[in-house]
Amino acid sequence: MTNLVTTPPAVTARPAAAVDKGRKANPLNGLAHIALFVWALATAGPLIWVLLASFKSNTEIFLGKPFALPEHFSFKTYTDAWSEAHIGQYFINSVIVVAISTAGTMLLGSMAAYVLARYRFPGNRAIYYLFVSGLAFPTFMALAPIFGIVKSLGLLNTFTGLILVYIAYSLSFTVFFLTAFFRTLPHEIDEAALVDGAGHLRRFFQIMMPMAKSGLISITIFNIVGQWNQYLLPVVIMQGSGSDSNWVLTQGIANISVSAGYHAEWSTLFAALTLSILPMIVVYAIFQRQIQAGLTAGAVK
Amino acid sequence: MRHGKYPFIIGFLVVPLALYLVFVVGAYLQMFQLSFTDWSGFGGYHYIGFDNFGKLWDDPVFWIALRHNVYILIAMPIVTIAIALFFAFLLNVGGKSKGGVTQGVWGSKVYRIIFFFPQLLALAIVAVIFGRVFGSDRSGMLNGLFPDSWSPWLFLADERWALVCIAVVLIWQQIGFYVVLFSAGMGSISQDIYEAAALDGATKVTLFFRITLPLLWDTLQVAWVYLGIAAFDLFALVNIMSVNKGGPNNATQVLSYQIYLNAFQNSQAGYASAIGVVLFFLTLTFAALTLRVTRRDAVA
Repeated sequence: MTNLVTTPPAVTARPAAAVDKGRKANPLNGLAHIALFVWALATAGPLIWVLLASFKSNTEIFLGKPFALPEHFSFKTYTDAWSEAHIGQYFINSVIVVAISTAGTMLLGSMAAYVLARYRFPGNRAIYYLFVSGLAFPTFMALAPIFGIVKSLGLLNTFTGLILVYIAYSLSFTVFFLTAFFRTLPHEIDEAALVDGAGHLRRFFQIMMPMAKSGLISITIFNIVGQWNQYLLPVVIMQGSGSDSNWVLTQGIANISVSAGYHAEWSTLFAALTLSILPMIVVYAIFQRQIQAGLTAGAVK
Repeated sequence: MRHGKYPFIIGFLVVPLALYLVFVVGAYLQMFQLSFTDWSGFGGYHYIGFDNFGKLWDDPVFWIALRHNVYILIAMPIVTIAIALFFAFLLNVGGKSKGGVTQGVWGSKVYRIIFFFPQLLALAIVAVIFGRVFGSDRSGMLNGLFPDSWSPWLFLADERWALVCIAVVLIWQQIGFYVVLFSAGMGSISQDIYEAAALDGATKVTLFFRITLPLLWDTLQVAWVYLGIAAFDLFALVNIMSVNKGGPNNATQVLSYQIYLNAFQNSQAGYASAIGVVLFFLTLTFAALTLRVTRRDAVA
């Protein structure tokens, strides 16, 4: 799809012009551009402001003029944020946790969904609805029991605990989505493989998984984004003294914002924020289409 | 039926099901049990019957939190959907007709990419950013933009506006997603319909209300449910942005935060579970209502 360039944005911004019926499209088009541009500015503005402020001294930040360029560029705030404020550590923690938990979610979720979608056995429906019912309830509903269960298993303040909880709470949607997806795949190839003597396991890994690739990619992206952005569960599971070395990025940033208030180290906070936003921009620039597809997939189903 | 079907089924289901039963179903069941206890979050507990629920009924903060949840649950989806629909419409059919085909406005792809981006950011990070955007002195972005002669706005520290600020942040983050979602929906509406209507002399406004909106109805319902879920869980925003733990003066108190505060700050995990139980039934009611409304639409 190509968007043909209409009139160049030399636009007269008079609202009254919208009533001009003779040239129906153009005045409305001008207004459309203004509205869209304003919202684009409102979206990008705070992010640009964060970037600019990360190079400013405290004095400069308190001068007002939020979009003035910093007096000089130095990356000291960034090295501070990375090492002294431990953003590097939190970042690596997040990567480890999300990598393992997303892989686990996808493996276990697709296994369960495959069996539920493709095999008939007593209890199939009951198990399916058990998984799907989890979609109805917010995670924060049972915070105290989650804490209690993780604690009684001795998994408080551990990556293992956080990863297992992430997987468990991601299964509802993953199973729901993938069951629907596996059901739509054609039966012929599967049956042909069965005739050729391929076992259950082989059919799953060598036939169904490759066929389900597009669905698997969408839901993987959905889970990566969801788990990377999780804040509530880490706050509950990684708490108490000495837990800060296991914190994930969202927790770390939130904490820096509190301590930045006490110590008036705003530029470090802005550098930390920039460091956590930049990777998202890079990833988004590369995988923009897949990400939009992955995140909207859940809603379209 | 091939040999070994059941070992395979069990082998594939046992681990995911076990995890789910322990951490999700187990947590929900324990929530009911704990709601009848005086558990502090550590050590043992006693059963105290319905005391927690009685306390809940008399707890003014609980009612304030519930009221705030309801406000945001109603206002936030309406505002978000309205704005997102407006932008999606501008992006898709706001352009002029060329050779009988209605074009999206110039640059609509770029707009879509920019609008969508906040959806990728963690709500916690968005909350930290806007905590500073709404800063109550000149270091805040908005106060920095205001003329020097104005006295700084308090935003989050102002009882009357704190909740609105939090809702605005959520809307800021969510709109792009729904612009993309609605755009996709509008894109799948056949151009022939628009052309036929345009030939009959329909204006763009008529096109929107008579064609686009009815054909998007399914997508709108999904959006409503998703926004409802987002509007219900304000934990990250309130925990990070609010002044004085859901303040000032409980102005930003919400249920998710009440559960958290009671469980982990006030050492009243039993009481927090009781709030969870109430929430469980509220959610069920909401889900049932949604199903009901959806079904009625399907019949009509």
